[in-house]
Amino acid sequence: MTLLEITIITMIRIAIIISVLLLTVSYLVYFERKISAWTQNRIGPNRVGWRGALQPFADVGKLLLKEDIIPSASNKSIHTLAPFITLVIAFSTYAVIPIGPNVTLFGYDIPLAVADVNIGILYVLALTSLGVYGITLAGWSSGSKYSLIGGIRSSAQMISYEVSMGFSIAGVVLVAGSLSPITIVESQYGWMWNAVLQPIGFITFAISAFAETNRLPFDLPEAEPELVGGYHTEYSSMKFASFFLAEYANMIIASALIVTLYLGGWQVPYIDKLGLGETLTVLIQIGSFFVKMGAVLFFFIWVRWSIPRFRYDQLMSLGWKVMFPLSLFNVVWVAVLIMLFNI
Amino acid sequence: MIEQYLPIILVLVVAAVFAAAIVFSSRLFGPQQPSKIKIMPYESGKDPVGSTHERVSIKYYIVAMMFIIFDIEVIYLYPWGVEFRNLYNEYGFFAFWPMLVFLIVLELGFLYIYKKGALKWD
Repeated sequence: MTLLEITIITMIRIAIIISVLLLTVSYLVYFERKISAWTQNRIGPNRVGWRGALQPFADVGKLLLKEDIIPSASNKSIHTLAPFITLVIAFSTYAVIPIGPNVTLFGYDIPLAVADVNIGILYVLALTSLGVYGITLAGWSSGSKYSLIGGIRSSAQMISYEVSMGFSIAGVVLVAGSLSPITIVESQYGWMWNAVLQPIGFITFAISAFAETNRLPFDLPEAEPELVGGYHTEYSSMKFASFFLAEYANMIIASALIVTLYLGGWQVPYIDKLGLGETLTVLIQIGSFFVKMGAVLFFFIWVRWSIPRFRYDQLMSLGWKVMFPLSLFNVVWVAVLIMLFNI
Repeated sequence: MIEQYLPIILVLVVAAVFAAAIVFSSRLFGPQQPSKIKIMPYESGKDPVGSTHERVSIKYYIVAMMFIIFDIEVIYLYPWGVEFRNLYNEYGFFAFWPMLVFLIVLELGFLYIYKKGALKWD
């Protein structure tokens, strides 16, 4: 393929992925509100469109028409830079996650991920580490005490859980023998999902993902009853919407990562034994990826509306004293499994 | 090489353009009537007291240092993890125990930090 062809194909894939991401984010917000209403025996949004289905668009419209307030005590350039960083990371992390097997289309062999790089996992880890900057800078530059406390807490929380996240992924890398997400998915053929092989790593990764996305029970950076809005207290209009959008986009990325690394990605066990046509198989596999992702997303929302928030010292002790040794043990466990059974 | 990484560069460019558009759009439509009270730092309706750029508790710095130490250890695990199967087929158990010793040393360092009380938050 020439560079021009690669550019065109990539732009098409980026357009598809970003529009799917934006649409999913808006409906994720809607479903979160609906599910929370259902948990608390309320009705939830039901005015705009059929059962409130157009609510996300009304919200965006409202936020667009709001005044953009830049507080007098803030550092103005960094105050604007922070939502920008957060958004860039939220939009670009998804690029390496495959949503289906390679397909042949118009004579090209196309992997169903925007970028098929062999260091995909490192790319994801690098970008999620950068995510700390957006939140910390937002908290620091706002010039409000609530923002500052939220920003500092979040930086400590995110870097603490990043360590156990890294160790959990090391277990997956051991099994797949590669850092490419596509190879990792292919290594989980049949029922050899990493969640089955290394349940401890699966649990530590899932908990770290909750902490990295600042979701309840780990949402201390924006704990409403104590910190007003946390790091985004001083943001309004579309800058506030940026943080909101990034939070939900990160949730989608986290669930896609959980599915890719531990739940077999687009693999459906033994689908190749059924003798279906090739197109149908690929379509079912892509569908199964989204079904798994939806289930994980529902789990995220379910946990949020069921479990109370941790205290800060509990959060840090869980991260360092429980998650860190467990994820370290998981690495040894996987290595021993490979040596004993040559999985 | 460039074929593999060109998509990444394109993604980053598109993401930057999109993000800039969204952040900039907050200036486009909304009214701009800042007043002295409106742009005051939010402090639950009271006049803010003191500056926010004060000193931060030492505990946060300790967490940051621990992060640097242990996150670098994680990166050492990855090349070993990628090559582990080949190494095991070639060298047998020797592929495993040096990494086990490394992890035990790491854990001893962690125990030292723990005993020193760096993980106490109250």
